[in-house]
Amino acid sequence: MNSSLRILLRSLLGALLVLALPLRAEELRLAVASNFTAAFQQLAPRFEQATGHRLKPSFGSTGKLYAQIRQGAPFEILLAADDQHGKLLIESGLGVPGSEFIYAVGRLVLWSAQPELVGGSHEILASERFRRLAIANPQTAPYGAAAIETLETLGLHETLNSKLVRGENIAQALQFTYSGNAELGFIAWAQLKALPGKQQGSFWLVPEDLHEPIRQEAILLRQGEDSQAAQAFLDFLQSPQTRALLKEWGYDTPEAEPR
Amino acid sequence: MGLTEADWQAVWLTLRLATLTTLILLVLATPLAWWLAHTRSRLRHAIAAIVALPLVLPPTVLGFYLLLLMGPNGPVGELTQWLGIGTLAFTFTGLVIASVLYSLPFAVQPLQNAFESIGQRPFEVAATLRAGPWDRFLSIALPLARPGLLTACVLTFAHTIGEFGVILMIGGNIPGETKVLSIAIYDHVETLEYGRANLLAAGMLVFSFLVLLGVHLSNRRVRLYRL
Repeated sequence: MNSSLRILLRSLLGALLVLALPLRAEELRLAVASNFTAAFQQLAPRFEQATGHRLKPSFGSTGKLYAQIRQGAPFEILLAADDQHGKLLIESGLGVPGSEFIYAVGRLVLWSAQPELVGGSHEILASERFRRLAIANPQTAPYGAAAIETLETLGLHETLNSKLVRGENIAQALQFTYSGNAELGFIAWAQLKALPGKQQGSFWLVPEDLHEPIRQEAILLRQGEDSQAAQAFLDFLQSPQTRALLKEWGYDTPEAEPR
Repeated sequence: MGLTEADWQAVWLTLRLATLTTLILLVLATPLAWWLAHTRSRLRHAIAAIVALPLVLPPTVLGFYLLLLMGPNGPVGELTQWLGIGTLAFTFTGLVIASVLYSLPFAVQPLQNAFESIGQRPFEVAATLRAGPWDRFLSIALPLARPGLLTACVLTFAHTIGEFGVILMIGGNIPGETKVLSIAIYDHVETLEYGRANLLAAGMLVFSFLVLLGVHLSNRRVRLYRL
């Protein structure tokens, strides 16, 4: 067989496979907390290649996604940034009881795009060397709530209140800080680690005892109860390989929790 | 259930923003509209297109570029820092600038139409009566363009009150400074406080309806009067 014929046959076969895939592959719609955006985008192709299923994520603050699900948004899975909203969904009959598990524990970091502004401690917060401190809206974003809690523990909430700028979610808080419009921002450790090395500026990793742990819960929603793809994704999320990756990307992964 | 103090603060802030934007735009848009209505410069098509841009651009485009321009490394940001006022994102001043840009066509276009519809004739007559250019502008153009002036004011005011996307991008949701009504409603909806959201939203609805109704009625009265 000459080589051009072989190439033709191979591409025909490839095209057939691509066409055939959707028949058994499912499309999975996920509501994903903003802090997990970078990690999700790294995980998605791995999952899609391994299973043939297609992932359709919507990113937003946990509170906003929760409100959307309450109003009938068509998601099969919620990857929240806390362990509260999943329980509320189960209580209201929209989440599948027993399906929830902690897929990651997030870390908060005080970050500046300027090198050397944050000298690895929280001293900068008590100084006059910045005008704006970006956080995620604490009403809807667990990372924002953790930031407020940290400020309260440090006794700085009152004094810094007028300097706070609230992003719609943690991604906007990152963007405010990244663009330099806010000199400081409380963002997720994983967001910072996902930035290209040269742009990492200066930071202070917030000690875990300054706020309640950011336990990020995954939950299967009623609409995904019978979906094989949804189950496959939840298994994938708990696999040792995924957990190792998440560790590398800036999340703690708890020991297998009782389910 | 009445409005909370935080809600009142958002209402007051929004009214201040809309009033200031309208006043600034009146001063800026009147000469610009006059020029557009009378010039024969080839530039007028390009300028008219630029003025109309906010009508078609998504607010995110304006918000994105404003954030870059006003940021510490942007040209506007460098200027304001040099002047010692810091950067403008997340400030009331920043919102006013954004609103002036965003509502520009709503001020210029009604005025331009009004000036154009007057035509040359009244001015030629006035000129033969030895009225100077200022006199002609003040005693002929402005009174005859009154409906256009009113429409421009009302549309600018109402459009600024209805602004959302740009403010979401450059405001930073600071109570009393950048947390305007539309943002307050958004926050209430996101946190499932539908009662409070409804109070503000219904208020907006009634207010906007009354404003538009008022414009229609007063424009009709002016037209009748002229007949």
